[in-house]
Amino acid sequence: MITALGAFVRRQVEALGSVGEFAGEAARGISDLRTWTVNAMQQMRRLGVDSLPIGLLIAAFTGIVLALLANYALTGAVPLYFVGVLLEKTITLELTPVLTGLALAGRVGANIAAELGTMRVTEQVDALETLAYDPYAYLVVPRVLAGTVMFPIVVGLSMAVALFFGYVAALGIVGLTTAEFEQGVQLFYQGFDISYGLVKSASFGFAVSLIGCIAGLRARGGAEGVGRAATQAVVYSAVMILVLDAFWAMTWLQAVR
Amino acid sequence: MIRLDNISKAFGDKVVLRGFSMDVKEGETVALIGYSGSGKSVAIKHIVGLLEPDAGTVFVDGKEVPQLTRKELYALRSKIGYVFQFAALFDSLTIGENVGMGLRKQGTLDEAGIAERVGEALALVDLPGVEQRYPAELSGGMRKRVGIARAIALRPKYILYDEPTTGLDPVTSAVIDELMIRMQQQLGVTGVVITHDMRSAYRVATRIAMLYEGSVRQMGTVAEIQHTTDPVVRQFIEGRATLEEDGAEAPRGAGGRA
Repeated sequence: MITALGAFVRRQVEALGSVGEFAGEAARGISDLRTWTVNAMQQMRRLGVDSLPIGLLIAAFTGIVLALLANYALTGAVPLYFVGVLLEKTITLELTPVLTGLALAGRVGANIAAELGTMRVTEQVDALETLAYDPYAYLVVPRVLAGTVMFPIVVGLSMAVALFFGYVAALGIVGLTTAEFEQGVQLFYQGFDISYGLVKSASFGFAVSLIGCIAGLRARGGAEGVGRAATQAVVYSAVMILVLDAFWAMTWLQAVR
Repeated sequence: MIRLDNISKAFGDKVVLRGFSMDVKEGETVALIGYSGSGKSVAIKHIVGLLEPDAGTVFVDGKEVPQLTRKELYALRSKIGYVFQFAALFDSLTIGENVGMGLRKQGTLDEAGIAERVGEALALVDLPGVEQRYPAELSGGMRKRVGIARAIALRPKYILYDEPTTGLDPVTSAVIDELMIRMQQQLGVTGVVITHDMRSAYRVATRIAMLYEGSVRQMGTVAEIQHTTDPVVRQFIEGRATLEEDGAEAPRGAGGRA
């Protein structure tokens, strides 16, 4: 029992150490500007712009459902304009960053892991090295950078779309006026709400893209290995999003109370 | 000069190389032969630092590869062309971009110079005008030739060919053989060729080494290998199913394969 526990702890420490080593290699790759700038814009388009449709779709439905849920929860207890309060707080602080993050963990994490995994098992990564390219600078840095920069942009736009569709549902279904909705949204609004959501999203983007790169570049054993890498990337990314969400809530959110 | 000195390499419990030693002199082409899975690719990956030996060391141009800093290793790699067994072309790039990739990294030529060099390299492998196509649009043999073009575009001092003619038709194989001979005789390129094709090995190689059970079983000139009395080497070069010519001996055991 103790031996098994010791082996488990040792494996976890080793895994953590190898992730740290990988992140260190990626950080070193940043200095090779000439190599990673070539791919950075392309990755931003692929990981960010191409993810907009799924992000905005989720946001639209989230906005509508939240308005209706708020109406259900608040009926008879508090003024209806509190629908706006609830919408603004939940959309900016929690739901849009986390729901969009989880959706992008599937799309972006699996995409990166499958692409880099295929490159690994078909010796394309070895070929890069023989051509004197640093794979961390050429493959990892542009993807992690794109994830970190583009997640907040997708989430920011999703916040706006969720709020808009929440407003439409509040007017059309709940029966609020525009003035009441605006009053609710502005009542407890703070600039911090948006900053918190965006910074949190950036941390999600960093984690998802880094995990995708780690899973992909460590893929072994052909198609099965690539499939396993993609699955690992999605699962670990989703878990990491929830862990980071709790981390930010326990630290930054508590500090500004 | 390339020198692999007493290399041992294992992946987990699987020991692939056990005291593998081989030297490749300036301007010669050494053919490395051996059974599938015997560790030939593993051996040559040590030359470019893609793998680090568990024991032993590798010298290229007098530099000890495992001891090089990252910068020194990249500088060394720019002098070595590597032709991968399955070409290892970058799927998302055009053929022109694939072949010019190493040149772009070197940064010594402008775009026009790179395009010219890419065209020359593709013409050398009988593939002119395919610059705008993608790897998925080419046959396996064509992709293999593009892999060779990518290696020779750098005008390297050394080229490592990992089964360059496997899977190609006899005529294309002969074209690749001619290209390897020309690289050696006209440009003085030092080469290591992994091959199972003995006819190709006899044509292109100045010396032949056979890898068996993790180390070099025999290394010698083409004539020496052709007239060897070592039964294991004879079985391999003659492509016999049994160790002895009369077939009395059992077939080669799996123990020879790593």
